[in-house]
Amino acid sequence: MGIRLEKNWEILNSTNIEALPGQLGVYQIADKDGQIISVGYAGAKEPFGIRSALEREILRHGNVATQFRYEFTSNYQSRWDELLMLHIYDYGELPEHQQNESSRVGRLHPS
Amino acid sequence: MNFDLTDEQQMIVDTTRKFVESEIVPAEEHLDPDAGSLEPHDFERLVTKTKEMGFYGLDIPAEYGGPGLDTTTRALMAIEMSQHRAGLYNPCYGVFGGAGLAQLYEATDAQKERWLYPTLRGEKKGCFALTEPSGGSDPARAIQTKGYKDGTEWVLNGSKLYISGADKADYALLFARTSDDPGRNGVTAFIVDTDSPGFFVRRVVHTLRATHYATELQFEDLRIPEDQILGEVNGGFAIANDRLSRQRIPYAAGCIGPAIKAQAMSIEWAKSRETFGSLLAEKQAIQWMLVDNEIDIRHARYCVLEAAQKADKGLRFRTEAAMAKLVATEAAGRVVDRCMQIHGGIGVTKDLPLERWYRELRIRRVGEGPSEVQKLIMARDIIGGSFK
Repeated sequence: MGIRLEKNWEILNSTNIEALPGQLGVYQIADKDGQIISVGYAGAKEPFGIRSALEREILRHGNVATQFRYEFTSNYQSRWDELLMLHIYDYGELPEHQQNESSRVGRLHPS
Repeated sequence: MNFDLTDEQQMIVDTTRKFVESEIVPAEEHLDPDAGSLEPHDFERLVTKTKEMGFYGLDIPAEYGGPGLDTTTRALMAIEMSQHRAGLYNPCYGVFGGAGLAQLYEATDAQKERWLYPTLRGEKKGCFALTEPSGGSDPARAIQTKGYKDGTEWVLNGSKLYISGADKADYALLFARTSDDPGRNGVTAFIVDTDSPGFFVRRVVHTLRATHYATELQFEDLRIPEDQILGEVNGGFAIANDRLSRQRIPYAAGCIGPAIKAQAMSIEWAKSRETFGSLLAEKQAIQWMLVDNEIDIRHARYCVLEAAQKADKGLRFRTEAAMAKLVATEAAGRVVDRCMQIHGGIGVTKDLPLERWYRELRIRRVGEGPSEVQKLIMARDIIGGSFK
């Protein structure tokens, strides 16, 4: 099983988000070039799970974010940490607006 | 055994209970139901409070600046500290401080300077790397990570599994086979910095604990200077085993808190919820579940306190610690299961902490030696003879 989130990107717009079920999970959003802008999770505090979390991401990054991909999981917290560690491994640092998470994210060296 | 609390113990229990109710529960109310940490400002504020209370660094021995609590008092505190949503695995979210790896108190002075004291000052974190893919219940025989000596260094190759905190640790206490002895006399404990070449955190292992993960480690020609051996060459298993025995008492005590809290919630619910024209509390089916819960909770508490008191008196407590671990983990699981049943639909939602305790308590029957291993330990002591 791959540890990265490797699903195909989908277009980030209200129509696609409204079609999602309200489950819990993790997601990435990216710009038109596929550069990841945000790695997030939809936890149990979200009224409609991943749908609510992505609606908020549109408000926050809608001017540059054009794509998203997601994964449903009840282990959203540990999976989110894992994706942040993988992001650091792959790109050397976290997305710009998430750099304050660096101090609590661990180190991962996948083989 | 006398289970009456001393005046001092009662004061400590009361203070801890009030702290949990007035500080921890409100601070976690707005967090994600699976959160494993407080907001940083809450954490810092509450650490300041526990320091003012004189309770910071609970498990640090008195000679190293800790409060010097005996095992019984520490167990009583563990029961109180775990009475909140995250309390089973994150009692009070760590605001009472940690003590680092207990084995480091047996380290050389140079090793203490390098790893123990920075840990006590909160500057470094360690992890305990014992279990391997080949098994964890019988570590003496399961360890396949091999070490050989090359000049003044040891070279290690192998892997570890289900290791907590390795991805954030500055150093690891790592056990490897260093002789041809296939059992307990061939294992050495090493202290190694996690940024050493050849030390890799290969993957995250997700578990029922949604907020916390374990890791898998790999060592590829990991070179460790011989002065980083903890204790004696081939004497590492005794170090690991000592930790496993001592851990069982607080591990068991921590399970009782969520059970007590779940029982209190269920009594409250039963006294207010009506079905078929009467309160749940008036129905024998519910009454018996609550009584069974009370029996389980008291049984677990007695076992934990008996083990703790024997440890405090310097008596053999291996059987009692194993029994406490088995009874408390299994009893607490049953209690929370019944409480979910009493609550019905809302009991399985993330609106209440029951579902988190239910998931996490299942792990407790496996962690720190599964129930079956505890029975094996007790059988050896009870039957004696060749089993010793």
